[in-house]
Amino acid sequence: MDFSVILRTVGILSLISAALSAIISLSEKVFNNYGTCELDINGGRKVLKVEGGRSLLSTLASEKIYIPSACGGKATCGLCKVQVLEGAGPILPTEEPYLSQQEREKHMRLSCQIKVKGNMKLGIPEELFNIQEFVCEVESLTDMTYDIKRVRMKIPEGQQISFKAGQFMQFYSKPYGKVKEEAFRAYSISSKASEHDHVELLIRLVPGGLVTGYVHTALKEGDKVRLSGPYGDFYLRGNCEELIMIAGGSGLAPIRSLIYDVIEKGLPHKIRFFFGANSRRDLYYVEEFAQIEKDYPQFSFIPCLAFPKPEDEWTGNTGFVTVALDRDVDSGAGKEAYLCGSPGMLDASIKVLKSKGFTDETIFYDKF
Amino acid sequence: MPQISPFVIFFASIITSNMVLSNFLGMCSYLSVSGEYKTATGLGMAVTMVLTLTTVINWAVYHYIIVPLEIEYLQYIIFIMVIAAVVQILEMLMDRYMPDLHAKLGIFLPLITVNCAIFGVTLFTVIRSYGFLQTLLFGIGSGLGWWLAINMLAAIREKMAKNKLPAGMSGTAVSFIITGIMAMAFMGFSGIFTIQ
Repeated sequence: MDFSVILRTVGILSLISAALSAIISLSEKVFNNYGTCELDINGGRKVLKVEGGRSLLSTLASEKIYIPSACGGKATCGLCKVQVLEGAGPILPTEEPYLSQQEREKHMRLSCQIKVKGNMKLGIPEELFNIQEFVCEVESLTDMTYDIKRVRMKIPEGQQISFKAGQFMQFYSKPYGKVKEEAFRAYSISSKASEHDHVELLIRLVPGGLVTGYVHTALKEGDKVRLSGPYGDFYLRGNCEELIMIAGGSGLAPIRSLIYDVIEKGLPHKIRFFFGANSRRDLYYVEEFAQIEKDYPQFSFIPCLAFPKPEDEWTGNTGFVTVALDRDVDSGAGKEAYLCGSPGMLDASIKVLKSKGFTDETIFYDKF
Repeated sequence: MPQISPFVIFFASIITSNMVLSNFLGMCSYLSVSGEYKTATGLGMAVTMVLTLTTVINWAVYHYIIVPLEIEYLQYIIFIMVIAAVVQILEMLMDRYMPDLHAKLGIFLPLITVNCAIFGVTLFTVIRSYGFLQTLLFGIGSGLGWWLAINMLAAIREKMAKNKLPAGMSGTAVSFIITGIMAMAFMGFSGIFTIQ
């Protein structure tokens, strides 16, 4: 074939594609340009000026408001629901399967499907404002017990973490060893809510666990790790006189944060913290809690060992945490219970608490 | 240019030369989106709109760009690129100026880019060397014909939804049979007028 024909063909095709792309990007500039739009969130609590033309989800994300979403804006997970009081237009066919009648009445919409085309009035749960992504440096890794590590991370310069004691973070692992994928798991924050430049997690090694394996075998001090949060509705209500805290294993994390929260805020609540473990080697933070007991008479720490070993020379409570609970707590009146631990322990403890007169309204828990 | 009245072409493309029922074009979306009458109506409407637009634009592209440059061998690629571009721009325009319509049809527009009925109609206008008016009415008519066909199928499928069918016959299989019967019924019109 003649060489000039090939050249001519390529030339013409390129010209035509270039012309078409030019037309498309020009019309995108003209027709998809909605100018500056005003997003009024929670009745004036926050007013954002944003460029229109993109989905509400990504517009909010670029304003550092992270709406939970799992599918990345494809309308398949239905998580990114946001209340849109004004400016969203009719419900789209892609949204219909995810919105119940109740949600429609509340003007809930999938934020990944609606486009910002003008001023909008939104309702976003306050706690979502605080959700951020952090790339933190691991400042220290401490062995708390033979299978629990404390990971202390520094929040990067220019960012601050503010959370309610009891909430959790999502921790992202990197590929390591034979594990080729990135994974994330949720871990409760164990540090004080008043500390805004550091965050601590307690991570127990789960046999075969992707992320816990990463933390226990691959992670080193000085490494950078990715976190997002805070999330969760496990936090102090405090409409009572006494707080009963129950934890096992790394479930101590949110409880420690809660205890410090009560003490630092000078709240009047009495606190009894029942901590369940198998033997002495599973106990940690014991000296710290003993010190708090000394300094603040309102607090008492009750460790219970289910299977103390002879060499432990244990003189404290023996048996499951439920035994001590049954013995020490007389009634549910004027009390709230906060539980964090394995499902088995939680279910058994909740059963005991309910027999004492606690109700679903006074029992709060974080199961893992 | 063949001496057929544009109006004959218009009616013929709806009835006797129906894109689905006589040419079996645009079958993928015809079969997969015909489960519900309401959605089928949306898709039919969108196809009609896109068909009309792209057929006319491709007609102009053919006569004013492809023929003068003697690049007929590139027509397939160029037609497809033009269709894709038109659909994109149409989506932006609808989103901006007809948000209600966009809410209804928006999700179908990307589907239509790869609907072979659209491409087929463009090629027919070239092969049959239609003039402008003939092309315009052929485009509109083919769109309406496709719309009619998918609505008929959707209506029948909705009626049949509660019927018990043998396992191997449900879904696509029975849709093909329904389409075949409809096509035979439409053959009865073929004496009225022909355009090919």
